[in-house]
Amino acid sequence: MPGGVNFAICSRHATSCTLVLFEKGAPAPLAEIPFPDSFRVGNTWCMVVFDIDYERIEYGYRMDGPWDPAAGHRFDSSKILLDPYAKAIGGREVWGEPPDWNDPYPHRGRLIFEDFDWEDDRPLEKPLEDLVIYELHTRSFTRHPSAEVKHPGTYAGLMTKIPYLKELGVNCIELMPIFEFDKFENSRPNPVTGETMYNCWGYSTVGFFAPKTGYAATGPFGMQVDELKNLVKELHRNGIEVMLDVVFNHTAEGNEQGPTLSFRGIDNQTYYMLTPEGYYFNFSGCGNTLNCNNPVVRMMVLDCLRYWAAEYHIDGFRFDLAFILGRDPWGTPLPNPPLLESLAFDPILAKCKLIAEAWDAGGLYQVGSFPAYGRWAEWNGKYRDDIRRFLKGDEGMVPVLAECVQSSPDLYGWNKQGPTASINFITCHDGFTLYDQFAYNDKHNEANGEQNRDGGNDNHSWNCGVEGEMDDPEVNTLRKRMIKNALAILLMSHGVPMILMGDEVGRTQRGNNNIYCHDNDLNWLDWTLLERNADLFNFTRQMIALRKIHPLLRARDFFGIGPTQADIIWHGTQAWNADWSPGSRALAFMLRECQAGQAGNTSPVL
Amino acid sequence: MAIKVEVSTQDEITVVAVTGEVDGGSAPGLQAQILPLLQQEGTLILDLGGVPYMSSAGLRILLLLYRQAVSRNGRVALAGLEETIKDTMAVTGFLKFFTVVDSVEQALTTLKQA
Repeated sequence: MPGGVNFAICSRHATSCTLVLFEKGAPAPLAEIPFPDSFRVGNTWCMVVFDIDYERIEYGYRMDGPWDPAAGHRFDSSKILLDPYAKAIGGREVWGEPPDWNDPYPHRGRLIFEDFDWEDDRPLEKPLEDLVIYELHTRSFTRHPSAEVKHPGTYAGLMTKIPYLKELGVNCIELMPIFEFDKFENSRPNPVTGETMYNCWGYSTVGFFAPKTGYAATGPFGMQVDELKNLVKELHRNGIEVMLDVVFNHTAEGNEQGPTLSFRGIDNQTYYMLTPEGYYFNFSGCGNTLNCNNPVVRMMVLDCLRYWAAEYHIDGFRFDLAFILGRDPWGTPLPNPPLLESLAFDPILAKCKLIAEAWDAGGLYQVGSFPAYGRWAEWNGKYRDDIRRFLKGDEGMVPVLAECVQSSPDLYGWNKQGPTASINFITCHDGFTLYDQFAYNDKHNEANGEQNRDGGNDNHSWNCGVEGEMDDPEVNTLRKRMIKNALAILLMSHGVPMILMGDEVGRTQRGNNNIYCHDNDLNWLDWTLLERNADLFNFTRQMIALRKIHPLLRARDFFGIGPTQADIIWHGTQAWNADWSPGSRALAFMLRECQAGQAGNTSPVL
Repeated sequence: MAIKVEVSTQDEITVVAVTGEVDGGSAPGLQAQILPLLQQEGTLILDLGGVPYMSSAGLRILLLLYRQAVSRNGRVALAGLEETIKDTMAVTGFLKFFTVVDSVEQALTTLKQA
């Protein structure tokens, strides 16, 4: 509607709704406009308001309805609620700026201009088998002073590091969450160091349609949308795809003790999985569980992904704790989950990569059996554990290694999806870095303030003889060799490799394997490592280059199963003689191209 | 917020000098004054030396001008951009659409060379 803004929101159980308008940043509302009942269609209220200055207005809603927690209802008309579809969110414009805890409306819906000039940009649609993924945290990538960028810790800062990514050779970056979240959610002083601990990683969404404002250098000017779009455009121009780590399993509202920011006050029973007594199911381990297979919520998830694909040209998505997306409203795993199926067959998302973290905190572990519909790839957690165990010298790992380097046909051979079902990784944001994998036998999470109880215990790591960083050249040489072994296996494996930010230069977290709460050099990439560990960087770069020039490493079919592009031939310490016994710790292989069913050109690659 | 617009012609190119802050309040008026100038001429010099602040709404007028100019095979030169505005435009990808110069004189020279 020219000159007007159409405000619309739905709730199945609310009895009335009021639009609340603020001047930007003002403590009290500018106006409250109740929706006349004649403006309600079904469960949706809508109203066009004219003469609104896009830049000066923030908007929210009040909802009236029953307060009856046992029945799942928690309406409270004293709360001002964020639109679940808000395209931009104010209230946390500058990263780390302490919020006003008395603000009646801490996360504020804002209007955006949708006139970004994409020129001829579009998603790159690279074949999945050709990707080399680089997982990074937007702030930590350039926040360290050694990054020497004009806008540290922002989308703009990341943009200035594109030449580095290009030199390394990765062609897809996976951004840890960039949907608006609250850094101050559950912020608390560290009992050991006194330092404040934050929700630094953002695996806790406030708004699914809005980019994290505090990650934008231009956030204070309300231009975070443009800044992120420009980053995507520039990455695409340089041949690098952008994947988002999306967290649909829970929200920032926590359990019944958490704040009422949006969903809880709009329609608690629709948005959350509730026990028969009206408490929150906690399959996410974060207080609540989004009710993804309620049709209204399912539509929101689909709308959200379509929005990011169409409006931000995002190339793919990685779904945090994805198996929650396959549970019914009462938490039971569904045999044919409608949300996962909808996403797999959606026409807008048709060329987007869909990657599942195929487990959840409720005990479901579905690596290899995730309902994939021929579309979903998975973070291969088994690959991670198996390669770690092989590298530290566990017995009996050679046959397991053979499965891993073939993209785990033991897990994925059955589903006709081919090797790209497996996203191979040895490290990711959860757990040790690759350096720490060979510098620590045990986790050292004291700085997280939970007496070292948090974080995983099954790291399968080996400290090369001494716990922690030290000066012994022999140990350090061994560690570097182990890192190179790991990178070599990863980049020569069939399937899709993923590298964790900084592993190419030996980044350390000083033995901490769960650094979500640290906005300091435990997370920040120290760019001086690039000079200090230039050999590691060059090795990684060359291994990536090698992968790129050998199509056999990226073949679309599993090796040696049916009509296939290549055979794999195994060797041990002696040619043609692989040793599969429990005591064996060496394996080599040769890939041989097949032509029309005959052995043709040989192309040994490893 | 009052905003002043002065239009002149130098070497047959329209030069628009803007003075004042450009935000959501002043932007529509500014747009109404500048856009018609592109009806005849595809090329325009905007002297923004007197603009200490420009919000997103202001930047979007520039984008609109750019698109209008391109459709007439013209160009828009921006003279005297304040540093913060220039930086915001660079980070959000707006800046490269324009001929960015320090002064109107420089704009005239650059546009003639093109």
